[in-house]
Order: sequence, then structure tokens, then C-alpha cells
Amino acid sequence: MPGSDWSPIELTPGLPPERADVVIVGGGVVGWSIAYWLKMKARVRDGLRVLVVEKDPTYSQASTVLSCGGIRQQFSLKENIMLSLFSAHFMKNINNHLCVVNEDPVDLQFNHSGYLFLASEKSAHIMEENYRTQRYVGAKVALLSPSQLKERFPWMNMEGVALASLGLENEGWFDPWSLLNALRRKAVSMGVYQCFGEVTGFKCAANLAETTDGEVLNVQRIKYVNVRMPNSLEYQPVECAVVVNAAGANSGKIASMLGIGLGPKESVSGVPLPVEPRKRFVYVVHCPDGPGLDTPFLIDYSGVYCRREGLGGNYITGIFFQMKHFALTVHLFQVSNAWAGFYDYNTFDQNGIIGLHPLVPNMYFATGFSGHGLQQSPAVGLAVAELILDGGYKTIDLSALDLKRILLQEPILESNIV
Amino acid sequence: MSQAMKRCSAHTCAAVAVRRALSSGAATPSVYTRFLLKLSHYFYDVENILDWNNWLRSQGVIHKNRLFGYAQKNFGNNVAAAYYILTLRGSFRFAGQSEWFRPDSRGRFSYDFMSTPDAKIEEVDLSGTLINHNGLENLVKQNKLQTLSLRGCPEVDDWFLARLHVFGESLVELDLSHCSRITVGGLAALQNLRKLERLDISGLPRLQNPGLVRILLEEMLPHCQVSGAEYEQGLIQPDSQEQTEGHHEASTHTGLRHL
Repeated sequence: MPGSDWSPIELTPGLPPERADVVIVGGGVVGWSIAYWLKMKARVRDGLRVLVVEKDPTYSQASTVLSCGGIRQQFSLKENIMLSLFSAHFMKNINNHLCVVNEDPVDLQFNHSGYLFLASEKSAHIMEENYRTQRYVGAKVALLSPSQLKERFPWMNMEGVALASLGLENEGWFDPWSLLNALRRKAVSMGVYQCFGEVTGFKCAANLAETTDGEVLNVQRIKYVNVRMPNSLEYQPVECAVVVNAAGANSGKIASMLGIGLGPKESVSGVPLPVEPRKRFVYVVHCPDGPGLDTPFLIDYSGVYCRREGLGGNYITGIFFQMKHFALTVHLFQVSNAWAGFYDYNTFDQNGIIGLHPLVPNMYFATGFSGHGLQQSPAVGLAVAELILDGGYKTIDLSALDLKRILLQEPILESNIV
Repeated sequence: MSQAMKRCSAHTCAAVAVRRALSSGAATPSVYTRFLLKLSHYFYDVENILDWNNWLRSQGVIHKNRLFGYAQKNFGNNVAAAYYILTLRGSFRFAGQSEWFRPDSRGRFSYDFMSTPDAKIEEVDLSGTLINHNGLENLVKQNKLQTLSLRGCPEVDDWFLARLHVFGESLVELDLSHCSRITVGGLAALQNLRKLERLDISGLPRLQNPGLVRILLEEMLPHCQVSGAEYEQGLIQPDSQEQTEGHHEASTHTGLRHL
């Protein structure tokens, strides 16, 4: 009947389209950010058909929504600093980017309390070096001596602290679910297709290529992505030109579907994608006489972190049984809640992996951020969109984070990671 | 849903801006605004016109808050900052002088401030102007700034407060009343203003517990006097039928419960 959804042929609801230009595997904040920027750069309506495939509509195990939501510029690698600076500027003007007709404005509930890193005697020089890099790139950070720290935060226990670094601007924490929903809402309003299903395989066209060493590679160009419907055996092969692997903790599984890592040990195809899920726990602690509104996101030299949550004396921390030895003077606290989530942990060097793999010339990787995916997502989305549409980086140069460093075995390590 | 997808727009939308204007303190919008909003729900043309109107207005705000680079390069930071404040229709006073530089009701001002290029600005009154976090770039070099009044500025939000750390060594008085976009997350950024002595947070609609926020701010900035919120605001009031003694007990209990 005209105007009604009934048709005599029974069609499965929720099937993806049969053909798409770009298929993004993974509907987390990185995947939707890439979809948004792809549509933003392709200014013509329906100029590019983008499909985002997400396995779980409830996001029950997705790293995005289980994250603590912090954003900081206090890294040692300048690419990481530039990525989170761009993301902070994006969030500053988020309503100019992500507002939709007739919908509410975006509210990220951003708390501008900053990050406070505490360094012991041994690591104080690393902190000073990082401070110089951060100031050079443009982050607003200040170094504090123990006496200045005591004057600023009188509730702190200064045992073992030699130097501290406080983020003054563009640092803090926010609600990751709001960012994900804002990106998704805007991308869907621009015409991105969303499909809830699982990617179970790829159909590729194989070619042979020879490297300069004489090694013969089996290069596979993806022709179809098989998307299987939830709770069903039915699948839809989606014909596509480009696939983006933004599957987070499950990126390694997607890569192994294409044979990456399954070849003989010493060859290019024998190097797997070094991203695996790492479980991390977050505890909510209630401490009524804990520090108040000025609590920054504290990170100790032993890796313990803690931040304020709300105004009722609740704190979120990573390792609660160490809080007694931790820098806070907390007299009485009790764990009221806890949850666990996966990091898309890059076992190679704990920094993001962005770029193409030589064995699969049309799959772009944007994964392995090891806990920083949320805070770098708007910038990573733009970088991958520039790679796909312009062929190279235009805004931020992320060649240092390219996938080929995995194959060349050249790690770029970050000091002070949590 | 598919219709919403089909008619999308990359510009700021009409309803968002109107909702923002409604939340910025105007009790009820005028009949004309409500009529236009009603029409925009029925006609795409009206919606598009309102859309363009709001886009033009947001471009106007961006233009007003641009960096005054030419003035900074040729006349120095202080003159550029003074010029910026006067074009926004704010007023200021130099350190060491006692007279204020103000524009008249039509926005015209005299250029006498250019005669003292070395004088730093000490007090600024930017109430009701369109300053936003980008515009603060013109004022960052004023390290002697002591008083800043931002009463009723619609574009001042949490990101603006986070940028105020540049005045951490000198700012003594800050008036944030009736800035509708400020929330607790932005007030937490005021911890960097260690010399602050007077803070006004009256009339902030997005603060759910003004009394609690006042207590937390006083704890965070021990030398600062916070005005504009009473301690009882946001407290659950005890039942008026209880006895007076019961009253005292209940009020202390509600105080603890509130915290």
C-alpha cells in the first residue's frame, strides 16, 4: 500500500545496502568520527555512500562507553599531543560541527579540571622533557614543585613526589556517550547508513606482487564484506571500494580474517596486527571527606589514577587497593561500584595504528589506541578521511603512527602511559 | 526518520539557536519569535530563513571576536586590547589612571587610549557583550588585570572560564552572573585563579545546586568570597508540620544528606 511498510515479499529488516563506497567496521567513537568527516569532506549530498557496521546495538562491551572519558595533552609524542589538541578544539566548537536541525544542542558535560601527573625523583627528568615538547606543540601545561603543589592542593600526601605537571586548559573529562551519540546523529543526518551486524568474512580478489627482496606476496583486494545479521545465519555481502578497520578491541580478529598474521613466520604475512583486547577495571569509590571541586585527574608515578565524579564525594579510580598508598589523604572510603571494559591494546608500542597494510591495499586501519581512542577520535577521524579522499595527511601529519612501523619492527614508545 | 535524513543542513539550525536564546534568561520570547518558530515547523522556507539568520548571527560573533593582529603588530598589545574592548561595547580602566574609557550609547568612542601605549589594563567591564573564548586571545597579555565583569554575556561558557588561567596571578574580582552557559565543570577551572577574592555566581540557570557549588568553591579558593548563591538553595526543606525541635534535627540531617 502506498505510504505503508507492508510488502508481500518478506524482507529482513536491518540489512545493509548491497553496495557502498566505504564500509567502516566498528561503530565506536573512532568509526563514527571517520564516517562524519568522510561525509563532511565529500560536500555533495550522496556523493559518497558510507556504511558503519556495528556488532552490538547496546554497546555493552564497546570501549567507548566504558571509558573514564578523560582528555589530556600531556604526552611525550608530538603526534599524540597534536591529536588531542585538535580534538579539544573540536569539542570547544562542537555545536558548530555537530548540530542537527530540530534537535537539542550537544552537551558533553565537560569538566575542565585538568590532569595532574606526579613524578618521582627517577622520572622527573622525563617529565621536564615532555613539558618542553608539550609547550612547543602548544599545550598549556605548568610544572609545579612540591611546595607549590602543597599550597595548591593542601589535601595531598606528598610522599615521594619530586615534580608535578598540571594541565591548565583543554584538559579534563567528559561524557563519552554524548560524544558518540552526537557524532552518530550528525553522521546519520548527513546520510551515513548504519547497520547492526557482525562482519564474518571478506571476499577478495587475489593478486601476486613481488617485493624488492624477491619475496612473493599474496595481495588481496577486498571486493565484498560479509555482514551477518544478529541472531541469524543470514548474511549480506556488501560490495565496497574501501574498508576501514575501526573495530577497537576486535581489530585483530578482523585482520586475521584476511590472512594477516597467518602466513609463515619470517614473511610479511606472518606479522599479525598487534591489537588485542585488554581488560581494565574502573572502581567508583565514595569518600565523603575527600578533596572537592579542584581535584584534577590525578595520575601517580606508579600508574594509579583517580578523578572526581560529580559533586557528592565519589571518585573513579583504576586500582583501588593502592589508594591508601596513593597521594590522597583519604581516611575513610568505600568502593560503591565497579565496571570493566576492554582497551584496544597495541602490544607493540601502545600507540595508535593508522594507515594501509601492504597485503590489503584497500583496508585502512584506525585502531590500537590503547586507552586514548576516545580523546583522539575527532582528529583521527579527520586524518583517516584525508587519507581516503585526499590520499595523504593535510591537517595533522601522522606518518609516525603508520602501520608500516609494525612490519619494520620500529616501535615509537610513549613515556608515562596509563 | 528518513525525511529528517533527507533534509539536512550543514549550518546551525533554527530551533537550536532559538532554544539557546530561550534558555539564556529571557522569560518568554516575544510573540514575533514564537510565531516565526511555529511557522518554521510547517514551512521549509521559513526554517531555512531562520537558519540563515542564525548562521549570519554566529558569523557576526566570530567576526567580533577575531584576533586584532594588525593593531597588535602596529600599536602594541595594550592598545589592541583596549580597541577590542571598546568595539565590543565594553569599558575599561588603565592601571595608574582613574578614568574609565567607555563607548557612548551608539557605540562610538574616542581614541585617547592610543596615547598611552604602555599602560596596562586593570579593570574591564564586558557585561552584556558578545565576548567568547576566541576573543580572550586579544586580552591574554594583560597580566595586571584585576577586575573582570562578565555579567549577562550570552557567549561566555565553560571553555572561556578554562582560558582565564592566564590571569591567575592578578585577577581579584570576577563577576559571572547571568551567563547562561556556565556549568559546574567550568567553575572547576577557576582553581587556577589563586588571587581571586570576590566571585559572583548569581543567576546561573544550569547550576542545579547553587548552595553546594558555593560551599565547594569556597573550599577550593579559601581567600575568595563567593556571592550570589545562598547555602539553603537546593536543600530539601523539611516538612512544615513538624515540631520545632524536629525542625532542628531534620535540618541538620538534610544538610548532611545534601552533602
